[in-house]
Amino acid sequence: MESVYLGIVLAPLIGAIVAGLFGRQIGRAGAHWVTIVGVAISFLLSLVVFKHIVLDESAAFNGTVYTWMVSDGIRFEIGFLIDQLTALMILVVTFVSLMVHIYTIGYMHDDPGYQRFFSYISLFTFSMLMLVMANNFLQLFFGWEAVGLVSYLLIGFWYKRESAIYANLKAFLVNRVGDFGFLLGIAAIVVYFNSLDYADVFAAAPLMADMTVRIFAADEWNLLTVICILLFIGAMGKSAQVPLHVWLPDSMEGPTPISALIHAATMVTAGIFMVARMSPLYELSETALSVVLVIGAVTALSMGLLGLVQNDIKRVIAYSTLSQLGYMTVALGASAYAAGIFHLMTHAFFKALLFLAAGSVIIALHHEQDIRKMGGLKKYMPITYWCMLIGSLALIGFPGFSGFFSKDAIIEAVHASDITGAGFAYWCVLLGVFVTALYSFRMFFLVFHGPERIDPHAKAHLHESPAVVTVPLILLAIPSVIAGLLYAGPLLFQGFFGDSIVVRAEHDVLAQLGEGYTGALGFMLHGLMAAPFWLAMAGVGLAYYLYMVRPDLPEKLKQQFLWLYNLLDRKYGCDDFNDKVFAGGSRAAGRVLWKVGDVTLIDGVMVNGTAYGVGWLSGVVRVIQSGFLYHYAFAMIIGLLVLLSWFVFA
Amino acid sequence: MIALSEFLILGALLFCLSVAGIFINRKNVIILLMAIELMLLSVNMNFIAFSHYLGDVSGQVFVFFILTVAAAEAAIGLAILVVLFRNRRTINVNNLDSLKG
Amino acid sequence: MNIEPIIFYFFSAILVAASAAVITVRNPVHAALSLVLAFFTSAIIWVLLEAEFLAITLVLVYVGAVMVLFLFVVMMLDINLVPLREGFIRYLPVGALVAIIMFVEMVIVVGSNRFGLDVFGAGMKHGPDYSNTKELGSVLYTVYVYPFEIAAAILLVAIIAAIALTMRRRPATKFQDPSKQVLVKRNERVRMVKMAAENKTTPNE
Repeated sequence: MESVYLGIVLAPLIGAIVAGLFGRQIGRAGAHWVTIVGVAISFLLSLVVFKHIVLDESAAFNGTVYTWMVSDGIRFEIGFLIDQLTALMILVVTFVSLMVHIYTIGYMHDDPGYQRFFSYISLFTFSMLMLVMANNFLQLFFGWEAVGLVSYLLIGFWYKRESAIYANLKAFLVNRVGDFGFLLGIAAIVVYFNSLDYADVFAAAPLMADMTVRIFAADEWNLLTVICILLFIGAMGKSAQVPLHVWLPDSMEGPTPISALIHAATMVTAGIFMVARMSPLYELSETALSVVLVIGAVTALSMGLLGLVQNDIKRVIAYSTLSQLGYMTVALGASAYAAGIFHLMTHAFFKALLFLAAGSVIIALHHEQDIRKMGGLKKYMPITYWCMLIGSLALIGFPGFSGFFSKDAIIEAVHASDITGAGFAYWCVLLGVFVTALYSFRMFFLVFHGPERIDPHAKAHLHESPAVVTVPLILLAIPSVIAGLLYAGPLLFQGFFGDSIVVRAEHDVLAQLGEGYTGALGFMLHGLMAAPFWLAMAGVGLAYYLYMVRPDLPEKLKQQFLWLYNLLDRKYGCDDFNDKVFAGGSRAAGRVLWKVGDVTLIDGVMVNGTAYGVGWLSGVVRVIQSGFLYHYAFAMIIGLLVLLSWFVFA
Repeated sequence: MIALSEFLILGALLFCLSVAGIFINRKNVIILLMAIELMLLSVNMNFIAFSHYLGDVSGQVFVFFILTVAAAEAAIGLAILVVLFRNRRTINVNNLDSLKG
Repeated sequence: MNIEPIIFYFFSAILVAASAAVITVRNPVHAALSLVLAFFTSAIIWVLLEAEFLAITLVLVYVGAVMVLFLFVVMMLDINLVPLREGFIRYLPVGALVAIIMFVEMVIVVGSNRFGLDVFGAGMKHGPDYSNTKELGSVLYTVYVYPFEIAAAILLVAIIAAIALTMRRRPATKFQDPSKQVLVKRNERVRMVKMAAENKTTPNE
């Protein structure tokens, strides 16, 4: 099986290299064929692995492919850990990636950077696979940084746009903050566990549970809490949790397939995956779990609210992504890792679907992204319409759709959890359901229903997108509907993940829920009577009322609650705060260091000062240098005399 | 019997005379060179005296080398003097201040 | 009555007087001749110390070569002596003071309380068949063979340096190049001219 694992990773890499370095020789068609074939091979092999690991219930594979170096007993290796969690992740990643590759043929049809784009997304696929298949922290970090790099490259894909450059720089810098924490966490692991291997670390973790470290002065910190929180800071950066979420909305400057693949379905879930993978560590630290829970809850609700006031179709979905990532994080905090991963999977399908559908709308309208300039598109784009509807229903958690199962499981798990902060988190996620429904269907109604507000010039060419765009939509719509029905039971309650996720008995909320589980149908019937469903329906209803029945009302409400609107429109002031305090502060500090430290101190005092000092001293000394031979002779003789006197009399 | 100290004092006297010579003949390079030769002579005197009184021939070997180096020095010094005179038409040290700072 | 102290004091007095003359006489030629005298008397004192080889070397090399070189240079150069004597009287007290202080200090160091007869004893006297040259040579060519080679190199460098410094090329000087003379061709020397025969003219026309 080892060659299969290698093939999964290397096929996209070869595609990326060929398309990237020989793009000009192989041409546009060559570039998309080589990368799509690479990713397709990867996908098919992932299916093989999924069958092998999950359906045949083979033992998990944990092996080293290549030893990079051994330093002081610490092995730096490339290796694969293939268990149920990994098998599921690679299947999701390669499937969504394949869909996006195909879709890109249509979306990027006229772009001059066609080959470069395919090279990047294949490279991304490779990096993401390296990340999820890693069996050690070094490779995890490699994948972590590599996906960050590709994300940077792709957000700035249209590098001639000022805003794209700003956005990719922002994404890069914000991720550095998170990565710094992540790196510190890995460093702490190396220091205290003396190994980079998952298996070693997880085996040693229970022994370390009561160990404390001293960070500042006299405070004693639990070692595992420190490590877990540091690692989670990395996850906060990559998975865009408050307060490191600011880069994700701006990343929508990248092309839409990228928004779907990287900034919705796969890369941003790396943090979720990482925490789930580290469950043996997190389970040992209540404090870290509480932090995860609260951060996730805050993200889930506050980011959903921001989605209400956005007018850019991609930004609405971006805030929805943030909110859903918050849900996943909440699940992790409540120790319902399986629910988090399940939501990750369903979210990958329906969010990729939503983004690609939005992209379909955008290309149909000639790169118009403002939902106020859409409306009534249903009759022009029926396939996109239905796909978008399926995606939205899955997103709000309509019973029967995939999102319902995962999201309901999360809400119930939080409800059942008794960890610190669970009560707060429960109300946040519950309210979040209402908000999600409201902004989703606000967008949906504004885009596809109601009066047409389309630019007449664009309307002349308005038609349904070509097959390369619609086929991936349909292929993504299928799992968005059925993934929940098929996998809710096994993933959540029937021990699908086996040993790959560790939950301590007293935290195991999913087991509590599982006691009352009677199958997907029973779950749905129960969902129809529970609060989340009615809140979602209320959200849809309110959206219908505000944007279909009384379209004048939102404007009035906006005037009425202007302060609230401004607060949301300014994104709680996060961007302003970052711009002023961090960016401005850095620039001010830099200016001070430049003026005082560099110009005055180093250049002025040290460099020029040395020269001036030497010059001044030389000016003094040169007076002594008469150039006359006898003066030097006299000096020598007098010196001799002094030495002699010292020798004689001292 | 002559004591070692008497040879050494003779050497010291020669040395001090040449030091005084450097002081008072400060402008005449030829006399300066001669004073240096005289200084070397006084040093050689000491070496030979010690060699004799200690019964160690190494002191004489030293003198041999000093004579070699002194000859070389005198040759080059005089060569410089000749070139100097050819260029400046004088050997007055007062006119040689190109190294003035 | 031992003759050695008499010889020593007699020649020491001449040596000191000659040295004093070197630094005080007006004429550099006289100074050089005084230095020759100083070297001679030193050589005699060195013989007293049984350093016969070095005494002879001093006379042959120093007096015979170096001092002649000095004299040669002094006489060759047309030196205006007046400005060179400037400050002679002015610097005499300073020079004398420094020299006296130095001398006193040196005497304190090397005086008879440290190196006197009762402290150091008399020097080693060798028999009549003693060869200073042989003894010196046996050390010089064995123990000190590398310094000896280096000294040879230094002398070579000094020769080259002296020649390089003083040699001057005069472009105007005419000299012969024998190789060119030997290799000369007929065409370079003789030019054959064809011309019509001249009519005979009579001188008285």
